[in-house]
Amino acid sequence: MDAFVRLNGLVAPLDRANVDTDAIIPKQFLKSIKRSGFGPNLFDEWRYLDVGQPGQDSTNRPRNPDFVLNQPRYQGAQILLARKNFGCGSSREHAPWALLDFGFRAVIAESFADIFFNNCFKNGILPITLPAAEIDALFAAVSGTPGFRLLIDLERQVIERPDGVSLPFAIDDYRKERLLNGWDDIGLTLRHADIIREFEERRRREQPWLFCG
Amino acid sequence: MSHNSPQTLYDKLWQSHVVLEQDDGSALIYIDRHLIHEVTSPQAFEGLKLAKRQPWRISSVVATADHNTPTNHWERGIEDPVSRLQVETLDANIHEFGALAYYPFKDSRQGIVHVVGPENGATLPGMTVVCGDSHTSTHGAFACMAHGIGTSEVEHVLATQCLVQKKSKTMLVRVEGQLRRGVSAKDIALAVIGNIGTAGGTGYAIEFAGSAIRALSIEGRMTLCNMAIEAGARMGFVAVDQTTIDYLKGRPFAPKGDDWERAVASWRQLTSDEGARFDQVVELRAEAIDPLVTWGTSPEMVVSIKGRVPDPASFADPVKREGAERALAYMGLAPNQSVESIAIDKVFIGSCTNSRIEDLRAAASVLKGRHVAANVKLALAVPGSGLVKRQAEAEGLDKVFIAAGFEWREPGCSMCLAMNADRLEPGERCASTSNRNFEGRQGAGGRTHLVSPQMAAAAAIAGRFADVREIVCKEPV
Ligand code: SF4
Repeated sequence: MDAFVRLNGLVAPLDRANVDTDAIIPKQFLKSIKRSGFGPNLFDEWRYLDVGQPGQDSTNRPRNPDFVLNQPRYQGAQILLARKNFGCGSSREHAPWALLDFGFRAVIAESFADIFFNNCFKNGILPITLPAAEIDALFAAVSGTPGFRLLIDLERQVIERPDGVSLPFAIDDYRKERLLNGWDDIGLTLRHADIIREFEERRRREQPWLFCG
Repeated sequence: MSHNSPQTLYDKLWQSHVVLEQDDGSALIYIDRHLIHEVTSPQAFEGLKLAKRQPWRISSVVATADHNTPTNHWERGIEDPVSRLQVETLDANIHEFGALAYYPFKDSRQGIVHVVGPENGATLPGMTVVCGDSHTSTHGAFACMAHGIGTSEVEHVLATQCLVQKKSKTMLVRVEGQLRRGVSAKDIALAVIGNIGTAGGTGYAIEFAGSAIRALSIEGRMTLCNMAIEAGARMGFVAVDQTTIDYLKGRPFAPKGDDWERAVASWRQLTSDEGARFDQVVELRAEAIDPLVTWGTSPEMVVSIKGRVPDPASFADPVKREGAERALAYMGLAPNQSVESIAIDKVFIGSCTNSRIEDLRAAASVLKGRHVAANVKLALAVPGSGLVKRQAEAEGLDKVFIAAGFEWREPGCSMCLAMNADRLEPGERCASTSNRNFEGRQGAGGRTHLVSPQMAAAAAIAGRFADVREIVCKEPV
């Protein structure tokens, strides 16, 4: 996983609440057994006018000119601005895989669905929750300012707006540390293998029925 | 909190699984049961192999193929090559690494992972149950800490038998009173989501309690816990009582003999202590719940069968108003239209929410002696597993469905998410017993209305949404 330390990126606004994982990456693309290549199908049903199929080359498909990510001013965006309950729905990690493959490294929203939020951290994407008023102000600023960028500094836990305003954000310490260092969770956990084994053996003695087979 | 202060069920479940509390505020939580299906596991097994790691305790794994498998013409196999490769990849991974149980495509016990686990007794009270699938909350019906995980976490559990977690806040949803006739666990679930919203449970573990919950069967509790995730909660669960214990007795992976007695004694502790404190409490009256129908593209957009589609102008919050406008446009509905005037094209009875034997019985009791309306192009009944299917056939339910004009299919996820051939065409409207009405969920451009099995059957007969209480007015439902 790539570390996340600082990001100075163009912001793209997706102005709707409850954006679900079926919208982020429709189910037909879940048939892939790979982790990569989902970027062209990010928001497939909103981005294109036809119905996408897995394995298809998307370069010449008809695009929906009204969809925000198709507008020239947002090309190359690395920060997605969204509303309440972003990423609700299924546990598919294909959703953060698609966002990452498309080029997003951070999502800023009023709130996130739990599993999606978790999945972001496993893939080096930083999901940031901000209060509704700050989200409203950011939406206004993005639409009013072509080329609107934000600087996200994870170490200091602040987002800096071009007008000099800083927006502090909260993050769990354990998540911050892993993201800053790009650490592999499994490797970290396996340092405690002895403690896990001890716990497991006690559990097996006390409640053997949990270990049938 | 001292050890003597009253604990919630969640506190007990959490505490009994903490392997290690780390300095950074996280905890390592031990995982007892790991359910696996074909869609979210291939990349996890691949990661394990690339890192040359071995599974920690492969006998914690119960696996089945469900999302991609066809529900008819099994003799033809899986015709879509991409789906077939995914199912074959699961076969190969289980063949290489093993499992406590594997129910592959066409196996007599194959089915939807959340139906298969409990019916085989692989889900036991007090367990942590995880699966790369958000509806893992279903298993909370057995007083489990059960939740969905992403593929990286599937790999993490395979490699370490643990997850890195932070404790959730607790919410008590108490439903007192008696459900009225024609109202089911599905309606409770939709009523809760309508009440707290799809993000209302975010950050919480929900315990469902109260006399109306205790009166539910285990299957009803599974329906309810299944949809906790649609309220944004990490998990939902119900305390152990005699209903739980009676359900488990004699199931293949349930304890036997002395172990059974010891297990039952420990399971009886799995309740919230008198006076335990919750971070939030929500109370509902069972009598106040009508049969419900969703009108929009989020499960919180729900209304009584006797109600009307709301007018977006009635929402004060501009984001909600726009959401409602967009939903009505997508759903092809007009503001203030009565729910009973909405005609349907297809009916789907199935999914991990409502595909168990009691769901099929409830639907069949409405369909018996009646027929699907002429405007309904397709009505599907898809049992949740091979065992459910055979039980239903033993009771003659398949004949009731078929005589009513339904197609009686093989088990699987089917039109719940339309990864196989069962799907809606653009613009088609469906009465569905599944759990998600998102745009495109049942097929690009498809329009989903979530309802209970009884209400899906009523809609099939009427060709539009109809109040099941009026269709079967004098019979008990
Ligand atoms: S039935 Fe639907 S919700 Fe349940 S596991 Fe299958 S796809 Fe997911």
